[in-house]
Order: sequence, then structure tokens, then C-alpha cells
Amino acid sequence: MKNMTYRLLTPQKGGFYLVLFMATVVIGLALFSAWYMEHNGHWVTGMNNQIVWGMPHVFAIFLIVAASGALNVASIGTVFGRKAYKPLARLSGVLAVSLLIGGLAVLVLDLGRPDRLIIAMTHMNYSSIFAWNILLYSGFVLIVGVYIWTQMDRLMEGWKGVAGIAAFIWRLVLTTGTGLIFGFLVAREAYDAAVLAPLFIAMSFALGLAVFVLVLSALGEWCDVPISDHLIARMGRLLGIFVVASLYFTVVQHLTGLYAAEHTAVERFVLLDGGVITILFWVGQIAIGSLLPLALIFGSKADLKRGGLMLCAFLVVIGGFAQLYVIIIGGQAFPLVLFPGMEVSSSFYDGAYNTYSPSLPEVGLGVGGFAIAMGIAMVCMRVLRFIPVTLENSGADSEHSKP
Amino acid sequence: MTTSRRQFLGSVTALAGGLTVAPGVTLYAVGTPVSSAVRWGMLVDTNKCTADCTACVTGCTKENGLEGTGRKATDAQWIRKVDVRNPSTKSERSLPVMCQHCAEPPCVDVCPTGASFKRADGIVLVDKHTCIGCRYCMMACPYKARSFVHEVLEDQKAHAPRGKGTVESCTLCVHRVDAGGQPACVEACHADGHGAMTFGNINDPDSDISKQLAKYPSSQIRADLGLDPGVRYNGL
Repeated sequence: MKNMTYRLLTPQKGGFYLVLFMATVVIGLALFSAWYMEHNGHWVTGMNNQIVWGMPHVFAIFLIVAASGALNVASIGTVFGRKAYKPLARLSGVLAVSLLIGGLAVLVLDLGRPDRLIIAMTHMNYSSIFAWNILLYSGFVLIVGVYIWTQMDRLMEGWKGVAGIAAFIWRLVLTTGTGLIFGFLVAREAYDAAVLAPLFIAMSFALGLAVFVLVLSALGEWCDVPISDHLIARMGRLLGIFVVASLYFTVVQHLTGLYAAEHTAVERFVLLDGGVITILFWVGQIAIGSLLPLALIFGSKADLKRGGLMLCAFLVVIGGFAQLYVIIIGGQAFPLVLFPGMEVSSSFYDGAYNTYSPSLPEVGLGVGGFAIAMGIAMVCMRVLRFIPVTLENSGADSEHSKP
Repeated sequence: MTTSRRQFLGSVTALAGGLTVAPGVTLYAVGTPVSSAVRWGMLVDTNKCTADCTACVTGCTKENGLEGTGRKATDAQWIRKVDVRNPSTKSERSLPVMCQHCAEPPCVDVCPTGASFKRADGIVLVDKHTCIGCRYCMMACPYKARSFVHEVLEDQKAHAPRGKGTVESCTLCVHRVDAGGQPACVEACHADGHGAMTFGNINDPDSDISKQLAKYPSSQIRADLGLDPGVRYNGL
């Protein structure tokens, strides 16, 4: 492992420029979507004064959560000393930074006044978790940048351990901050819960690894990187454990809600009566995103093969989207309770279950975030050596039975 | 004779300060900076507020130029009438709900740029120059008091600037209050003969609002959140 060599993402094997071109087109469409929404005002979207955060936020938070999770692969190698993951640390770092930038781009382009981004950076209100997140996100890019540097420059190698630990701690704080964007909303029935912070961390572990697996598999095909069955099996088991962790916090979140009489109405909405929200919860998040991958990973004694791992990762990504949709849109669809125990109505949708139909520009902007992330990662991999030449022997050491 | 701006402001202040007003009405000096000695508040007597009356809403719309586009879901509403019904006792109430001008406003806490702010006299406002339109304040407000401007606006009122892509809410008619007046909704309610709304300084024990608050039990919407709203309700 000490003599691990890395390669560039070379354009020789067909499709590099084609994929880059496609990403550029999607980014162009996303920018057009953002311009269209900004120019006309947000009334052209599905968002309104009831559902104030929509599809762009589902995509943005997915990317941000997956970004912190994608870094875990590096942390498992550097911080927890699992040798099998060490050759993947560079890739993990560059993917984490790319995903974060993609997510932030979506968030910024959806602002009512994206032209005032500089104000967000120069006028900080330190009682706002949002403002703290601006610092956490900037710091993440910086720290992971240094972490990648320590991995790629022999002169900096001595700092790798410190940088790895710093990056790991930072990412935990960052995801806590992302979860608390919702956890700190005392007025909303679906939020106002500290459990959202660990839930987001568990979610990030699963989503980050799932995205990483998909990218690694694609790169493996593209660059002829052999990946050992042991590594595939280990990543499969690890993904399974992360899915279980995310499921655990989801169960805790809803059990806590069901136990308190004041929250039973919102729980009933999400779990039983919420229409699309309920379907997305049970079918998307629980069945497709959790139980199915768990059955595939732990249901058979045989180790997961590459195709199976990719399928599981894909299912976890689908489940993650469903979960974030349920949290973000579902949480706003349930009306604010101004008068507990009373029936209310008004011209401003008081007491009404709010509906939301995502518009094309919103989805276009969100997908553009992915394209931005992939575009940045591809360009980075084209100019610097992030891709291990082989993973043939990874995971075949004495610790191979551990996740 | 030419008068400098300083002299002019001085005389206006002296004039306002020298005005003799009825007992209980706060003496307000135009031109003086706001201070925490004053806390502007409002008391709504729901016993006097009728379900079919929307005078306060109309008054606000006219005063602040809030005429909508007809797209209900995205049009701004700074004040609305909420009909409240107790399902077990069948009792009904109708009351106006607007920004509650909290002493501990969640919108101010969560605003990343500080655009959402509270004046020393308790009025909660949005600085339209530093609002980036993230809508986090709308997520945080327990009263659904805030609206996002979803479209291009024209012919705005000079005293109530609004802007596409920024968030806004009831200003307690700060332009009127700073000139010694009352919010448009309160005036409209009185003009309609209901007199259900009282505006004043709740820090002044001699003010009409303070006397009413002392005399009758009042309540705050979502008092459990501990936000200490400046808008109080009677008969709720």
C-alpha cells in the first residue's frame, strides 16, 4: 500500500469530453433556470409564502450532506487506520469539496437576491446558525484542501494525521450545523428537535458513501481501475451499517413525536395522511432507501458484488432524496400551529395543509448542482492525480472481515 | 431669512416636545432617536372584533401599497383575519394576526446577515438593503407573519419601500409612529366604529394600552414559546 500510485483522469478512454460537455450543458440550463427565477421573481416556481423552501433546497441539502459524508472514506483511512480505504482518501477529499460547492451554488442561486452574496459574507449575525454554516462551509473547503495537500505532497505528509483529524471533526460539526438549521426552528411542529443533528450526521454517512461508491464505480470502469471483491464487500457492509444508523435516528425522531401529544398531529400527517409526503416516507425513504438495500447487503451470506453494491448505493441515494423531501417540504406542508387545539382558517392559509408542485426551473437548478459538483471533480481529476491506479489488493489484509 | 437644517430639526423637535397632550397619551418628540424607554405594543380586543370586518386589513393594504397580483399563494399579506373555532365548545373568534413584534424575535435570531432587526422601541423590521432573500426568517416565524416578494413591484409607497426577492412584514407603520401617529390598521378599526385595537407604549403605566392590560387579563399567541410579543389579545 505504501507504493500506491495515482493517475489522472485521462481523456483517452472515450467519453471524457462528452461527459464534461454534458455537465456544462446542464450547468448552463441551471444558470438559465436561476436567471429565469431571479428575473421574473419566485412566483414562477412552485414555492410560495407557505412552502418557502422547495426543490432547490432538497437538492442543495442533499449535496451538502453527501459532501460531508463523502469525506468519511478518507477519515476511515486516516483517522481510524483502516488500510483498505487509504488509497481512496484523495478521491474522497476532492469529491467532498466538489459536492459541497455544487450544493452551495444551488443554495446561493435560489436566493431572492443572489447578487447580494457578498453581503452574506460581510454582514454576519452570529446568533444565526445560517451565518455559522457560511463559516463552516468555507472552513470545510479550506481544511479539506489542506488535507488533500498533505496527501499529495511528500513534504506535507507529516501533517496528514492532524489534517485528517481536523477535517473529521470539522465535518461532524458542519453536519450538526446543517441539521440544526431545522432543529433550531422552534415554531415548526416537524422540526424543533435536537435529534435532527445526529440524524443528519447518520444520513450524511449513508448518502456520502453511496455517492462515493457510484463515482468510484464509474471511475473504475472509465480508467480500468481494478477493484477487489474484498473492498466491494467491505464498502457494502459499511453502507449497510450507515443505513441502519440513519434508520435508527429516524425511528427515534418519529417515536419521540408520537409520544408527545402535541406532536401527534404532525406525525399523523407524515406517517399516515400526508399524501405524497407519506408515500415518499414509506416507499421512498423506508422501503427503497433503507429496507431494500439492507436486505441486499445483509440478506445473503454471500458478499455483495460490484453490481449489487452499485444498486444499493443508487437505492440509498433515492431514499436520501425522499427523506430530505419529507423533512423539508413535509415540514412546511404541515401548517403552523398558532392556536393549539383550535380549528383555524384565514386568507393566508392558516390551518391549511399546504401543497407544493415543483417547477421545472427549480429541478433544473437542483440537477445543475450535481453537474457543478461532477464538473469540478472531473476537472480536478484531470489535472491532479486523485485516482488510484489499482484497488486490486485493497481490503485483502488481515482486517478484511471488518467493515 | 434662511433656516439651516439643524435649526429646522431643532424647532420641529421643540415644537413636538412642547405640545401638551392628553394624559395617558405618550409625548413623542419627532426627531429624537428611538429608545428602549418606549416599547410599542398593540392590544386587540377580540370581543369587539367581528368576523365579517376586514377594515384593518384594508387599511394596511392601502397604507403600505400591498395590492396583490391575484396570485393568492404568493401575494404578500402583512395582516390577515384569522377565524378561530374551538371544536369542543363551538365558540368562535375572529382576530387580526400580523407581526407580533416579539421582544425575542426568532426572525432576528436566524437572519444570517442581520437584515431582520429589532429597534430599541420593540418594532421588528427588515432592512431591505441587506436582506438576501434566503427566507430563513419565514421558516422561523411562529406567526406566519412574513411574506416574500415574489414578483416585480411598481408604484410603491415612498414610506413603505418593498423589493422583489426580499422578505417583508408589518412595520407597525413605523413611518406613522415615528411621526407621532398610529398604525393604519388601528386607525381603520376605529374609523369603522369597532375600536378593537389599541396602540401605545406598554412601558408607560399611564398609557391607555397599559391601563387596559392592567385591568383585563390578556394573552399572547404561542406564549409558550417565551417570545414576549408586543401584540396582545383580550378575550381569546
